Amino acid sequence: MVEQAGIRRYVAHVILWIGIAIVAFPVYLAFIASTQDNAAIANGQMSLLPGGHFLKTYYQTIFVGTSGSTREPVGMMMFNSLIMSLLIAIGKIAISIISAYAVVYFRFAFRMTIFWLIFITLMLPVEVRIYPTYKIVADLHLLDSYAGLTLPLIASATATLLFRQFFMTVPDELLEASRIDGAGPFRFFWDTLLPLSRTNMAALFVILFILGWNQYLWPLLITTRDDMQTIQTGIRKMITTTDALTEWPIVMATAVLAMLPPVLVVVLMQKLFVRGLVETEK
Amino acid sequence: MANVALRNVKKAYPNGFEAIKGIDFEVGDGQFCVLVGPSGCGKSTLLRMVAGLETITSGEIDIGGRVVNQVEPADRDIAMVFQNYALYPHMSVYNNMAYGLRNRGMANGEIDTRVQEAARVLELSAMLDRKPRQLSGGQRQRVAMGRAIVRQPKVFLFDEPLSNLDAKLRIAMRVEIRKLQRRLSTTSIYVTHDQLEAMTLADILVVMSAGQVEQIGNPLEIYQKPATTFVAAFIGAPPMNLLSLRDPEIKLQGPGSDAGLLGIRPEDLAIANGAVPDGGVALDLTVEAIERVGAETYVYGLRAQQSGTPAVSSKPGELPPGEILVRIPGQEGPAIGQKIRAVAPREKLHLFTADGRKRLN
Repeated sequence: MVEQAGIRRYVAHVILWIGIAIVAFPVYLAFIASTQDNAAIANGQMSLLPGGHFLKTYYQTIFVGTSGSTREPVGMMMFNSLIMSLLIAIGKIAISIISAYAVVYFRFAFRMTIFWLIFITLMLPVEVRIYPTYKIVADLHLLDSYAGLTLPLIASATATLLFRQFFMTVPDELLEASRIDGAGPFRFFWDTLLPLSRTNMAALFVILFILGWNQYLWPLLITTRDDMQTIQTGIRKMITTTDALTEWPIVMATAVLAMLPPVLVVVLMQKLFVRGLVETEK
Repeated sequence: MANVALRNVKKAYPNGFEAIKGIDFEVGDGQFCVLVGPSGCGKSTLLRMVAGLETITSGEIDIGGRVVNQVEPADRDIAMVFQNYALYPHMSVYNNMAYGLRNRGMANGEIDTRVQEAARVLELSAMLDRKPRQLSGGQRQRVAMGRAIVRQPKVFLFDEPLSNLDAKLRIAMRVEIRKLQRRLSTTSIYVTHDQLEAMTLADILVVMSAGQVEQIGNPLEIYQKPATTFVAAFIGAPPMNLLSLRDPEIKLQGPGSDAGLLGIRPEDLAIANGAVPDGGVALDLTVEAIERVGAETYVYGLRAQQSGTPAVSSKPGELPPGEILVRIPGQEGPAIGQKIRAVAPREKLHLFTADGRKRLN
């Protein structure tokens, strides 16, 4: 910590507060708007203090959805988003830790070829291969399903590389000690490698969950049924009502709700993450 | 309990490098065998081959009357202590020791008995719930020992287990290991580059160099009669003085005067003014440096007349050519710059062929 006395310290604090205000004000505004009456917002007379429609708006948002349309309640969208993010995060971790284990600890034919193939997919994110991937998913009749939403996003080179780098720092003697202790490849993976990877998995889970939660393009393409849409695509559809008045309190409430799970994941996992960092033997 | 036999064991890597060039020796039941040699001589590779962590290119390794070339490490009935201990960092001390037994499907009661007994012997009973990172280096070392003991294997394998400890602890643990091995009387193979560890621990000492055995035998016999100049220079601290007999300044009377190299241990040299003992050697030296270690004093002298290029090149652990080390008891010694005469009696001389590969007396 740099300790500074007098005026310079206050200047530093003021600058930091300005920074926080720039980041936090839009979020605050969204929350305020979600508690106001729609007419007040439409007139441009929105107060900067919370209005009295908090419970009504959030009840309607979560359980009913926008009025006068066929949209699903946001609770349903959140459920879809949650399933998708969890499947992507857990699926990616599971697949990549296993493939990293194979690449690092087993000598098989074309091991390096396979490693480079995985590596090359780094250059092919969904946005680049969107048409072929859509075609495959459509041909497999996976449109409007959780499998279609998640499977194409699960294969991940970054996570595989991360685990590979971590596994290469694990001393060879641990593997040898395990072999002498009578642990086969599966036991070594389960009893030694997985517990040692806990912190990496926690960090990766945070990143991947948020990545999955924020998916927009892919769910937009793959879901046509309203009860399969995610919260990110849902918000967008709420605004593009050409004839009717956009129900801004509900849109803002949805935005606030969409922010909550990633925040929650970061807050909850941070503890495990930091504890793991402190405990790690290096 | 078992003996271990190596028969013409070889190890070649796919790139053609021969790490082990045909090794034969046998360790009797309950004996403590030490493999010693400079780094890169293949001693750790050989130990790992016995453990089953490295494949054997040719030859046979036999543990307790069974050829184990194709047997998995877990099924060889051995236990190994690694240089960095290789404790499982996420497991408690108890689980570190119990892990191997659980994998073998041993009953929990039996596991507990064995772990508690090992912990008592190694004074780890109070630390069974701790994680390895909460232990000191010496305690980790003992956990590694405990993990080997609970298995009650036929053979203990030690791969430089003390090299990560500080000097004092190393000596204490050295004594502990020897006591423990005596009590359990388990056949042991121990790898080290420290010749002092090798001398003090071994029943059988195997001196290795460049993938080959230089000499096998009882440590004191090896000290008294090193078979090659490599062994002569490697075993013993400070190292043996080696001189070329082609040097006309050194006159050796009697048999053996046709030898190429002469070796004299520093403690066999004495400072004297009188005549050369019969058949012995006298060296005229100028004192260059003096080291007093308390109980004894090391006198580094430069030979008075240096003729031509040195015949013996100096390798790590050897003295530079022309320099002679005299080790005298007590703290008295000559002054720096003083001219002295160091003499050695005939029976203390080691004679070797000119290439240093063969002992002549």
